[in-house]
Amino acid sequence: MRKLAWLLLIVALLAWPFAVGEFYVNLVSQIFIAAIFAASLNLLVGYAGLPSLGHASFLGMAAYFSALLTLRLGFDHTLAAPLALAGTVVMAALFGLIALRATGLGFLMLTLALSQVLWGTAYRWVALTEGDNGLRGLTRPHFLGINLDDSTAFYFFALLVMAFSLWMIARLVASPFGAALAGTREQARRMSALGHNVWLIRWITFIYAGFWGGVSGLLFVYYHKYIHPASLSLTSSAEAMLSVIAGGSGTLAGPVVGAAIIVLLKNYVSAYVERWNMLLGFVFVAIVVFMPDGLVPGIKRLWARWGQR
Amino acid sequence: MATAALTVSGVNALYGDSHVLHDVSFTLGSGRVLALLGRNGAGKTTCMSAIVGFLPPRDGEVKLFGEPITRLSPEAISRRGIGFVPQGRRVFASLTVRENLDVARQSRAGTAVPWTLKRVCELFPRLQERLHQHAGSLSGGEQQMLAIARALMGNPRVLLMDEPSEGLAPLIVAEVGRTIARLKAAGQSIVLVEQNLKLALDLADDVVMLNTGRVVFAGGVAEVRDSEALLTQHLGVF
Repeated sequence: MRKLAWLLLIVALLAWPFAVGEFYVNLVSQIFIAAIFAASLNLLVGYAGLPSLGHASFLGMAAYFSALLTLRLGFDHTLAAPLALAGTVVMAALFGLIALRATGLGFLMLTLALSQVLWGTAYRWVALTEGDNGLRGLTRPHFLGINLDDSTAFYFFALLVMAFSLWMIARLVASPFGAALAGTREQARRMSALGHNVWLIRWITFIYAGFWGGVSGLLFVYYHKYIHPASLSLTSSAEAMLSVIAGGSGTLAGPVVGAAIIVLLKNYVSAYVERWNMLLGFVFVAIVVFMPDGLVPGIKRLWARWGQR
Repeated sequence: MATAALTVSGVNALYGDSHVLHDVSFTLGSGRVLALLGRNGAGKTTCMSAIVGFLPPRDGEVKLFGEPITRLSPEAISRRGIGFVPQGRRVFASLTVRENLDVARQSRAGTAVPWTLKRVCELFPRLQERLHQHAGSLSGGEQQMLAIARALMGNPRVLLMDEPSEGLAPLIVAEVGRTIARLKAAGQSIVLVEQNLKLALDLADDVVMLNTGRVVFAGGVAEVRDSEALLTQHLGVF
């Protein structure tokens, strides 16, 4: 049953670009990008118990690094991509040093403040970032000689990157480190009494989450071929947070489902409903009221109940 | 008394402005069991917190086999060899039994027979049966066994146990008691905080009584047994 579901999902994902038009191919590519972003945030929110409202920093900075390196310095993507990720990791390490001085609400405010600093800088430092105009004229890389400008090629590239990212995140969660991380979320004091450096576990997780946030940022900038300070904004962070909560924090599939809902509402429903933000609000409220721990755990429970009958 | 495993000398500890421990001193001999007794609010748990580093003492000193551990971080104290079974169990509910044990694993040079998953499961056969179950789904008694097993996985040189019998059925209390007796027989140095006087006196070699944060008695277990006055005055029991 489980295997069959996986098989159907894989077949559907592989067949999708050949069955539908370009708009829908691009729509799902965007879901892939948002899914990586949400899954990386979920490491903090769900697995570490650290609610961050500044995760857009990593998406936005990786995107800006890549854009600036290719546009201003003329670097090739094969060099710009690893450099952008390295820059994002260094930034995550520094931000972690600051934000992890607190947990809970304090951590939330610190991450928000740090990301607002970046957002403000991107807005105001017009000489570097073109401010509100954003950076245009960006390109997509070639991957194994394939031009990713083609929407189907990009779709498969994004699918591949997403599968790898989710796998790497799942591996961390299932590792002994992941168990220790769950321990710090449940009872930080107990973990320190067992000889674990709670702060270090959180810092490593913060950097790891920042790295995968950066990966989603690279895909994001490749996809849009354009970058604007909005990618660093609170809205961008909050959308990822909504994805995690709506889908189910602390589950592997939750953020993917949540990201899909938000991308669909944003891109698809907005074509028909003018006040799509309101609809997003209603959907979110409904999820929180009827399935407080998110769609994935909620549906699992319903499924189990249905199976018992 | 042989070498001192744990020496607490002149420890004062405060919660904010409230002075909870006043010049607390006692010594745990190597391979012995010391029962730390006292009424509710006497400072027993605070004393544990001061030793494991949750509440660093304002002054005074804690030594583990002669090595000062005062004011180190809790993780550093744990790595020096203090194992702690907290009050109310506090197992990691969302982790499996096995994961609970794995995260606590610490190896220590010079441990004659190190604790491994296998050895811990021999001591607690019930845990063996439930290795892949979430710890939150265990019964109270099983959670207590897991909490003890988890502390043992760190191969502690001194084991602190805070009310291991609390809230357990009499049969399970007896089982916990037998386990502690086996650990003692294996040479484990133990500080036991207990409200269950019978259990404590059956297991302990030495007794330290606390009353309002001060040590009011320190001596052998026989002295306590014989002195009704001590028991009524400081513990409120007969």
